[in-house]
Amino acid sequence: MARIELNNLAHQYAPGGDYALQPMQHVWEDGGAYALLGPSGCGKTTLLNIISGLLQPSEGRVMFGDRDVTTLAPEQRNIGQVFQFPVIYDTMSVFDNLAFPLRNRKLGEDYVARRVTHIATMLGLDGVLKRRANNLTADAKQKISLGRGLVREDVAAVLFDEPLTVIDPHLKWQLRRKLREVHEQLNLTLVYVTHDQTEALTFADKVVVMLAGQVLQVGTPQDLFERPAHTFVGYFIGSPGMNFFDCQVEGSEAIVDGERIPVDPAMAEAARRAGGLLQLGIRPGLIRPAEDGEPGHTIKVDTVEDLGDYELVTGHLGQHKLHVRLEASEKISGDGLRVVFPKENALLYSDDRLVGQGEKNGG
Amino acid sequence: MDKREYQWAWLMVLPVVLVVAFSAIMPLMTVVNYSLQDIFGPDSRFFVGTEWFKEVLRDPALHGALFRQIIFSGAVLLIQIPLGIALALCLPKKGPWVSVSLVLLALPLLVPWNVVGTIWQVFARPDVGLAGVFLNSIGLDYNYTGDAIDAWVTVLIMDVWHWTSLVILLCYAGLQAIPDAFYQAARIDGASRWAVFRYIELPKLKGVLLIAILLRFIFSFRIYAEPFVLTGGGPGNATTFLSQRLTTMAVGQFDLGPAAAFSLIYFLIILLFSYVFYLTILNMDREG
Repeated sequence: MARIELNNLAHQYAPGGDYALQPMQHVWEDGGAYALLGPSGCGKTTLLNIISGLLQPSEGRVMFGDRDVTTLAPEQRNIGQVFQFPVIYDTMSVFDNLAFPLRNRKLGEDYVARRVTHIATMLGLDGVLKRRANNLTADAKQKISLGRGLVREDVAAVLFDEPLTVIDPHLKWQLRRKLREVHEQLNLTLVYVTHDQTEALTFADKVVVMLAGQVLQVGTPQDLFERPAHTFVGYFIGSPGMNFFDCQVEGSEAIVDGERIPVDPAMAEAARRAGGLLQLGIRPGLIRPAEDGEPGHTIKVDTVEDLGDYELVTGHLGQHKLHVRLEASEKISGDGLRVVFPKENALLYSDDRLVGQGEKNGG
Repeated sequence: MDKREYQWAWLMVLPVVLVVAFSAIMPLMTVVNYSLQDIFGPDSRFFVGTEWFKEVLRDPALHGALFRQIIFSGAVLLIQIPLGIALALCLPKKGPWVSVSLVLLALPLLVPWNVVGTIWQVFARPDVGLAGVFLNSIGLDYNYTGDAIDAWVTVLIMDVWHWTSLVILLCYAGLQAIPDAFYQAARIDGASRWAVFRYIELPKLKGVLLIAILLRFIFSFRIYAEPFVLTGGGPGNATTFLSQRLTTMAVGQFDLGPAAAFSLIYFLIILLFSYVFYLTILNMDREG
């Protein structure tokens, strides 16, 4: 087991071409459960394949602990990988599938049998060890893929490339819980690639959000929700995404289409210093209706959707469209709604980046 | 309502039924008809029952042809299937050379079958053919018209040249359909090249190999034009296979009754062999 460090890592598929991965510096702490989240084509799989050694980065180094593994082949690294659809050896039994990585490394049959039984029990595959792997369901096959990674005692990290894509929805949840269990028992580093925010947020201790080959933010699910470091993180996480309005900043107020919205003075100061295109961002669920007599802002309500435990209001603040998430009990009368943008929840962005963060959340 | 639709369905398949009746069933029934009668002319025919079948099954010339046919088809499969797989594995997976290789490989398949025979007849001639002259110049006493072994080797090499491409192309398509993730997983699992072939490529090729084996068996078992043009079945009877023997009987000697009986037996042999191959390969999957 080891921490995995990416030093000035970058990758171009063709020399002189576009960067599939922008230069980055990142550490995967030993034993962490990470999700790598981003839209299709953002470089998640490229990054994963570089860690597992299937791809050699064009720049930078990959370190496992103190060992530089940049040029090592996948079989020389202690890595397991689970792919988007189940990769199993069709003609082998479940036992032989799980034993395959050990037998390839010429380990004794006694040891192989012990390890395979241990891992199969952990994954709940002990009942089907003698069956042919080909005849099992997709989720059992994914467990076999996972088992082939776990069966090696020296494995430092297991990488998952959207492993639940082909799994039935009601089994996804079970399999994800199994992953959490495995993580707790073995204390392995897990890196889980997905474009599904629910998967990422429920699986991971820390989520790495990527866009266009860049790491935008690394943080706990709460960080990503409360303080998105980039407007994209705001859009991408949460349903619906964060509201953003172009604004000017005067004193400790953001001005959106003439509406003066008070913000944190330190943040306003930072935004003025940063300059660039300024935006005010706020989560739909963190906007609240104004109390009687409380100063607030009137939004023009376009539609109200009743989504069971909450109501989703779509409306306009001046020229800007916005979403507000209200408790189901709130009454909306007429087409106007007076709301408050709480100061602590209104964030300012300069050229898409959260102001006043320095390098803290940067990639 | 349902019943009405059913009746329409029968009407819709009627054209196909008619075409199949004219193209397959009627000729087949004619052959069955011939095989049970002795025909002297349009108005003088006698029912002979299984007489022709008995005669044909006792005919030593046919036994010889059948034996040679089985050896030939066996050799064809033993050479062409492994060779086809091996060459398919060597082909480039992407890049400009893919189309170049595929076109080159397809060329022998596009040559008319009797032209294949002619090409090799000239190519292998010991007096003027490139291959024949070369073999003799390096001290081999090669003459496919005089020596039975030389004739066999030439017919086999000609067939390998003609048909291995089919196996290669089928296997290549099968290999291309294997997702990269399988190879990547195998690398992570530390699998050797042989293990990748044995546990990933070969199992995934099973479907196309079934097609390749069936096609190669059926084509080789009824081979006619190429050896007919190349060796004429000689020297002696050394390369006379079933279809050529059949043609001699039916068209040369005009023994329509025995030829018809033999045709039916010939057809059943191919059907039986194909079915056995098919079942064997299908069952390989269910073992374990």
